[in-house]
Amino acid sequence: MLISTFIIWSCSNESVDRYSPTPNPLRIPQLFQDKILNPILPPNNPQTIEGIALGKKLFFDPILSGDNTQACADCHTPENAFTDIDRFSKGIDGSIGKRNSMPIFNLAWNYDEKFFWDGRVFSLEHQAFRPVTDPTEMKSTWNQVTQKLQEHPDYPSLFQQAFGSRSIDSILVTKAIAQFERTLISSNSKFDNFLLGKATLTAEEQNGFNVFMDETKGDCFHCHGSDNNPLWTDNLFHNNGLDATFTDLGLGKFTGDPADNGKFKTPSLRNLAFTAPYMHDGRFATLEEVINHYSEGLKHSSTIDPLMKKVAQGGVQLSNEDKADLKSFLLSLSDYEFVNNPNFKNQ
Amino acid sequence: MNKTVSIVVLFFTIFLSCHTDNDDKANNTTVSFNFSHHWDGTPVTNQDFNVIKFTNENGEQLSIERLRYLISDITFTKQSGEVLKTNDYNLVDVTNGENLTFTPTMIIPSGIYSKVSFTFGFKNEKNTDAVYQDLNIASWFVPAMLGGGYHYMQFDGKFINSSSIEQGFNYHAIRAVDTSGSEPIFPQDTFIIVNLGPVTISNDSTFNIEMNIAEWFKNPNTWDLNTYNQMLMPNTTAQIMMFENGQNAFSLKSIE
Ligand code: HEC
Ligand code: HEC
Repeated sequence: MLISTFIIWSCSNESVDRYSPTPNPLRIPQLFQDKILNPILPPNNPQTIEGIALGKKLFFDPILSGDNTQACADCHTPENAFTDIDRFSKGIDGSIGKRNSMPIFNLAWNYDEKFFWDGRVFSLEHQAFRPVTDPTEMKSTWNQVTQKLQEHPDYPSLFQQAFGSRSIDSILVTKAIAQFERTLISSNSKFDNFLLGKATLTAEEQNGFNVFMDETKGDCFHCHGSDNNPLWTDNLFHNNGLDATFTDLGLGKFTGDPADNGKFKTPSLRNLAFTAPYMHDGRFATLEEVINHYSEGLKHSSTIDPLMKKVAQGGVQLSNEDKADLKSFLLSLSDYEFVNNPNFKNQ
Repeated sequence: MNKTVSIVVLFFTIFLSCHTDNDDKANNTTVSFNFSHHWDGTPVTNQDFNVIKFTNENGEQLSIERLRYLISDITFTKQSGEVLKTNDYNLVDVTNGENLTFTPTMIIPSGIYSKVSFTFGFKNEKNTDAVYQDLNIASWFVPAMLGGGYHYMQFDGKFINSSSIEQGFNYHAIRAVDTSGSEPIFPQDTFIIVNLGPVTISNDSTFNIEMNIAEWFKNPNTWDLNTYNQMLMPNTTAQIMMFENGQNAFSLKSIE
């Protein structure tokens, strides 16, 4: 009896504030549908039009930073497939982080839900807590942020529409941001269209793909996906032979297991045209440097992945032609529609 | 829910008991398969990974960093010759300690079976390119240039080579392929049918299957890692040797 009264009461209360978010499920691209498992969608944070719109507004709003100067989008810009062009991004007070910003796309398909270069955070929602308080990034506190949002002329009613509550807390902020991030789907590169029979590869791109897939040449597919895995990453952690000794322990710092030292998350190879510089510390400015690394720059260390070949000689020594073709192929994975999509831009 | 199940079970029990059959009181059982690993008798788990601590038949010291393999087509053959077979497959992932136990979606009536077997890898007709979504995201596919389909085993580690340098090896078993011509051709089948022999099933049971990892380097081919270490997928000779050495890698330790 008491409960039903309560429900009636709360329902009437809701109808006053009109809480009826519109479901807006992710549109799963055909190749993803065909080749890989469904994305991870937490049941307690369903995608809604209102939630996504709010998440987008928050993502582009410097209100989340300590001095209202920096938004998520400053280090994750749409033109750069949601990373930035700096080797290390600058926080609000000019301090510099230790790692290269990461692009944001297809993250709902990160099945293990381990985020950051070292996988130290579980789930997109939890990830979004971090930058706000990170002293080398937005350097704020959640108290400050929620207070500013609460006092803002628009936000309380936007939260009401998205989540049925005018009272803003960090959990709802991160839920909204995660909803927006899940909509950042990239699946329209030239290579995708080739796989769908809608584009043809140049001879160079085709040979580059063969180098990528050939175990005696690039052998990139064991970690970076293939025509059968359109994510172009295994979402796992490896040491790809960048250093003989480590300044950044990567996964090992998080797990405490020395066997994980120097391991970092395999990045997706989509959108490389927009995401330079490369690697966790942005050490390579160009794809040529990356390819030269795999071809002749490998450094031995105890945790180097056994998939790295001919390490004593520095790598598999690709010919100049294979290198150039490999680069052409890699660039065919870039999705120009994604970086120009008006839905993903601040306007 | 529980009620429904017991009603269904009751119904089947009644149904089965009325049914006249040779194996009178056959009751339906569930079987599980438990995979454990050893190196010539010394148990191996992922706790033993990433350290050079094993010595193979050829005398090379080595470590294991990644060990995964696929098993499929669990088959129970009755004395009458009737065959019960599951369509499932299971990717045993020793590295992450995942899928070490596998319960196929099949009901096994109690009774005597002349043979229980499974396939290491996929039989050719199942080794279809691109069709298994879970295996696609596990980087388990084989490039189309090598005939497509999927890996059977991925066994990666490091060994001390003849120049005393630590070097990687990738013992990846796939369907042997010859790529010397314009199209890949398959010289011989390299999936392995593992016969666990005759068994009697009376209740729900667990088959404890063991893999002796050392076998892959031993018998009949003494494996020389200095010769065969990496880029073995396109190497027809290496694939056939893996197939031969794998014949005695698995055994049935017990049924509980
Ligand atoms: C000062 C620059 C900066 C700001 C501001 C920033 N980020 Fe990041 N972001 C980074 C860097 C650098 C990394 C990688 C850090 C690491 O691995 O330790 C990263 C990683 C991420 C990742 C992980 C991606 C993956 O694949 O694992 C996500 C998601 C992300 N940021 C979202 C956000 C959101 C949401 C905001 C705003 C609340 C934000 N970032 C603000 C620099 C920034
Ligand atoms: C053993 C797994 C593995 C293999 C094989 C591999 N990579 Fe990587 N790749 C990684 C990891 C891990 C990183 C990130 C390393 C880091 O930042 O410390 C990476 C980074 C990259 C990057 C930088 C992307 C970015 O956004 O920063 C590119 C490009 C790349 N790899 C291309 C290739 C190519 C081309 C091949 C084949 C020649 C290849 N990789 C083979 C694991 C691998």
